[in-house]
Amino acid sequence: MSDYIRQETAEEAALTRASAVRFDVEQLLIVPVLAVALAILLGGLTMLATGVSVPTVGQAFAALFTGSFGSLSAISETLTAAAPITLAALGVALGFRAGLFNIGAEGQMIAGGMAAVTVGFSLTGLPVFVHLPLALLAGIAAGAIWGAIPGWLKATTGAHEVITTIMLNLIAMQLTNFLLRNPPIQKPGRHDPVSSSVLSSAELPKLLTWLDPNLRLNAGIIITLVMVLLVYWLLFRTTLGFEFRASGLNPSAARYAGMRSSLIIVAVMAIGGALAGLAGANQVLGVLGRATPGFTGGAGFNAIAVALLGRSHPAGVLIAGILFGALDAGGRQMQVEAGVRIDLIAIIQALIIAFVAAPMLMRAAFPWAFRKNKPARP
Amino acid sequence: MAMSETASRANLDHIKRRQTLVIGWLLLALAVVVAAVFGLQSSGDATFGLALPGDMFTLPSLVVPAAPYNYAIAAVLAFFGFRQFMRGAARRSSIFLGIGLLLAVTTFLVWATAGKQFSLTGMLEATVVRAVPIALGGLVGTLCERVAVVNIGIEGMLLSGAFTGAIVGSLLGGWPGLVAAIAVGGLMGLALGVLVITYRVDQIIAGVAINLFALGLTSYVTSQVLTVHRELNNAPIFGGIDIPLLSNLPIIGRVFFQQNLFVYGAAILIAGATYYLFHTRSGLRARAVGEHPEAADTLGIDVYRTRYINVTIGGMVAGFAGAWFTLGSVGRFDINMTNGRGFIGLAAMIFGRWHPVGALLAALVFGFADSLQQKLAILQTPIPSEFLAMAPYIATIVLVAGLVGRARPPAADGKPYIKE
Amino acid sequence: MDIELRGITKRFGDLVANNNISLKIRAGEVLGLLGENGAGKSTLMNVLSGLYRPDEGEILIDGKPTRFESAGDAIRAGIGMVHQHFMLVPVFTVAENVVLGVEPVGPLDHLDLATAREQVRKISAEHGLDVDPDAIIEELPVGTQQRVEIIKVLFRSASVLIFDEPTAVLTPQEVTEFFGILRSLRDAGKALVFITHKLHEVLEVADRINVLRGGKVVGEAEPKTATEAELAEMMVGRAVHFQVEKRPARPGPALLEVRDLMVTNERDELAVDGVSLTVRQGEVVGVAGVQGNGQTELVEALAGLRPIVRGSVSFLGRDITRASARERHLLGIAHVPEDRHRSGMVGEFDIAENMVLDSYYDEPYSTGLTMHWPAVHKVCVKNVIEFDVRTPSIYALADHLSGGNQQKLIVARELSRNVKLVIAAQPTRGIDVGSIEYIHKRIIAARDAGVGVLIVSTELDEILSLSDHVLVMFRGRIAGEFDAANVSRSSIGLAMAGAAA
Repeated sequence: MSDYIRQETAEEAALTRASAVRFDVEQLLIVPVLAVALAILLGGLTMLATGVSVPTVGQAFAALFTGSFGSLSAISETLTAAAPITLAALGVALGFRAGLFNIGAEGQMIAGGMAAVTVGFSLTGLPVFVHLPLALLAGIAAGAIWGAIPGWLKATTGAHEVITTIMLNLIAMQLTNFLLRNPPIQKPGRHDPVSSSVLSSAELPKLLTWLDPNLRLNAGIIITLVMVLLVYWLLFRTTLGFEFRASGLNPSAARYAGMRSSLIIVAVMAIGGALAGLAGANQVLGVLGRATPGFTGGAGFNAIAVALLGRSHPAGVLIAGILFGALDAGGRQMQVEAGVRIDLIAIIQALIIAFVAAPMLMRAAFPWAFRKNKPARP
Repeated sequence: MAMSETASRANLDHIKRRQTLVIGWLLLALAVVVAAVFGLQSSGDATFGLALPGDMFTLPSLVVPAAPYNYAIAAVLAFFGFRQFMRGAARRSSIFLGIGLLLAVTTFLVWATAGKQFSLTGMLEATVVRAVPIALGGLVGTLCERVAVVNIGIEGMLLSGAFTGAIVGSLLGGWPGLVAAIAVGGLMGLALGVLVITYRVDQIIAGVAINLFALGLTSYVTSQVLTVHRELNNAPIFGGIDIPLLSNLPIIGRVFFQQNLFVYGAAILIAGATYYLFHTRSGLRARAVGEHPEAADTLGIDVYRTRYINVTIGGMVAGFAGAWFTLGSVGRFDINMTNGRGFIGLAAMIFGRWHPVGALLAALVFGFADSLQQKLAILQTPIPSEFLAMAPYIATIVLVAGLVGRARPPAADGKPYIKE
Repeated sequence: MDIELRGITKRFGDLVANNNISLKIRAGEVLGLLGENGAGKSTLMNVLSGLYRPDEGEILIDGKPTRFESAGDAIRAGIGMVHQHFMLVPVFTVAENVVLGVEPVGPLDHLDLATAREQVRKISAEHGLDVDPDAIIEELPVGTQQRVEIIKVLFRSASVLIFDEPTAVLTPQEVTEFFGILRSLRDAGKALVFITHKLHEVLEVADRINVLRGGKVVGEAEPKTATEAELAEMMVGRAVHFQVEKRPARPGPALLEVRDLMVTNERDELAVDGVSLTVRQGEVVGVAGVQGNGQTELVEALAGLRPIVRGSVSFLGRDITRASARERHLLGIAHVPEDRHRSGMVGEFDIAENMVLDSYYDEPYSTGLTMHWPAVHKVCVKNVIEFDVRTPSIYALADHLSGGNQQKLIVARELSRNVKLVIAAQPTRGIDVGSIEYIHKRIIAARDAGVGVLIVSTELDEILSLSDHVLVMFRGRIAGEFDAANVSRSSIGLAMAGAAA
């Protein structure tokens, strides 16, 4: 009898041994690293092809590095740029996890930024601890609404979110152009599209001015880190996250298990939109102090790349977000020091998306980096 | 299937019924807007110029008494609206919606022109010109999606075509520029094919990457090289070609038969694509690949090859359409000059129900909105141009939400085909 | 035309789907190819029809070695295949489907549809396969679609026809009709291969039988002399007990009462048309019927996944007609979905996550928003052992389990709770015999513990061996009602075909 019991516990112990499939080095590490390396290499070739001399290319790469990690101010710039991209990418990653293709982070960022800037300049006489949260909340709410629209359309009518979010991005851009040219948002006395400036009571506080008044790093990075943890907790430690992931991997099974798919779709899109809206608010309240057309700097589109590169995992998204922030910050240095236009960074970022989404291509290009003969299934 | 013979169709067409009612409410709302805004606020006559110098004979201008016309149209719209709530309206409701929208647009024009003069022919001419990249963009989408490859990258392909056309056009002249634009478009199509067909990259991601890549590369070269070497960005422009006899007809002569190469090219491409897709052996096979690739494979049709061919041809069409921006209109490349036209093309494809002619018709509507946006400034209306620019996007959302009829994409659309 | 397969081996990664298979296909003969799911039948025929290339071995046509580089090569060599899942383009017409790949064309690649129609008419007339060439495929009944598949193969002048599980979707009447077609094709000199796992069908129509097991040919049999028991033993590798051992049921009070239920399908057609039934505690009610007669919609409506147009459902005397899936789950109704891959599990979730897929929201697995993973893992280990789910770890992905173990996982999830009623749709479809026997045993054990069970299956054998009470569905209605004690196969078969009971 006692023998029997011991045997069973041994079986139980065997069953709870961690399985190897949980961490796939090739997917999580080798593919992203190779993708980034190959994209940067091709960026160098692009420079050579456009008549940039070899020493200048070297100088450009050096500037890319020193401008991103080479000094305290470089790191400050990297993290400042990383915050909004990471926030928006968390929203996109959440969508990916739930099987939704949220191309609308750009539009949601715009909505959030416009709402935050409006609250940021229009409410006067409030203390920081009231005004700043209000402005941030306005950004979150506007982003959530802009994100919930395609979610609601998909849940009720089946309209594909890729099409609706693309269209909502374009609508948000047009709407912003209109709002920035008209009162009450346009800065009085200006004829170009620009909003009034955010009051100091709604600005995200700078973190490192005690070291050097020129350091732009602001509290947005703290918000970002908190959100990374929060999204991790949401995805892997809550029932809601369980529902998100189940519906993402197999919506039909989720429905059969009694999960309410329409509610989940709207919730995912709203939360994703809220994160992107927060990213927009971060940009106007922490970095720019006002809104102009294109104030997002395309972070909403880069967020798609960051979410992919980070494998839709909050920790991965953070690392990828810092990488993209570094490319942004380093790219500016590169433009100043080597005279290579920052648009080159956009090429590298686009190539990273293509490569990281093509593990089979990476395998074909770098066969030595992968295990041979991964078992195929019929 | 087996049941449809005996089963009474309970719950019969409740979706259709809902659409019918939605259209009814839309038409009624339109009637109210037309009466309250365009009727009440119009005074005087709207004069539409029809004649242009060089016409075979001169048409008189069209003079419309603004307020009476708009009230009359409001009444017609209201009638259409009530009609939707009666029995048996479901059949032709989208046609009535189309007519209703068209009439509403005329009231808008009459209102905007009341007390002024406005060249209608000029506006229609601009409509056709502006419809070209959109219609061709829709054709690109149709060619790709008919073989089940979703192409979000149309925008980037247009941009590459425009860019190549400008540079090669500046160096070697218009025709070499056009050929190069088509070739580069084809390469972009091929690249999409390599990514999504051979390496099974998610089609949406591949499209996004192509858009960002094209935007990045063209912007980089423009700011890095073309700002210094301005001679590389000064291409010749294809001028208008008059079709003998037809070009002298009033209105339609100017609108259809005094256009440039790109307009005629678009017409030929759309006719050719329609023939190809629906009347040839290759077209049947292509559509089979888009609807049921496994079935096509079992019948010895090479799914991958068919997809590669269609996507590459689609890319070439996009290259041609892209050249319109530079070789067909301004002769120089500006950063991001396609400005979302590729996405409107995608919308035109959906509106056109994955049919080249449908995409053309949708593109004409969008082209009309586009040229109207330009004219509004001239007419000094209080409507901000941004709202007109938004109209196609909003219309697309309404369509994909199935509120006014639903289009059905090819069954395998967006899915990679994995053999073995 | 005779075909010989010699030493065919086909691997997928580590899996050997076909292991050194040799067999002969002769003109004027029906070869029955018998095997369990996963025995390698379909892989072998995909090799023969050019879709897969074998890793080893060769194909000889009339003694000459041949290599197929594509499906087109096989078609040109005269080999045609009718797949289990029809390879028809739903939005195309019959004529377009038939000529696809070998289209008659005019100048400028113009598709000559008039000729195509004419040719379809000619072939249908020749072989007595009545089909309208202009009908759209998706509007045709399944039996007719199969005829289109056969015309398609004949149009390519195939002399070898391979049928992969062709009877799965047919009514018994249509099966008889289909066997007639098969025999007339054989008499016309065609070589035919009939792939199936149904013993009585292969005995009825085959001239020669080859049995496949684990990717190998394990035996040959003569239909005139072989018995079902012999074939089953060859197919499974050991003696099989078809009859589930069970005591007579001791039904208690009514548990589930369904009255005049009407449910529509995706196309808004009435799929369930006035069904009434009762399931009592401690009994198994079986619903038999050919696929597509409203069973799927019935089960989904009972599980709260499909709106009920009219009628009522009550459970333990309480009206649950409008209750959601979650509410029904909480009341103690378990549901084993008919398609485990599509709706029974999340393949990329691990076993533990799948084990709580529909109970994660409740104690002890979570409180409020927070999941308690240790509790999940503990229960999962217990269930995995108790329900014999064979896996190295509870963290293995469900996708990596065999079909039988996946199904056992789902059954474990549904039965391990405190349930009062089990609705099981196709609980053993496509899995190995060992797992089938095990799942049947668990279902009977649940019944004996006082649980009410509603089994929906297209496998008549399964219905007959499990049920205490049998209902037959035909075109959305209950076409027959039988007590399991005194029911014959033939009377159920008649009801399945729509003949008045």
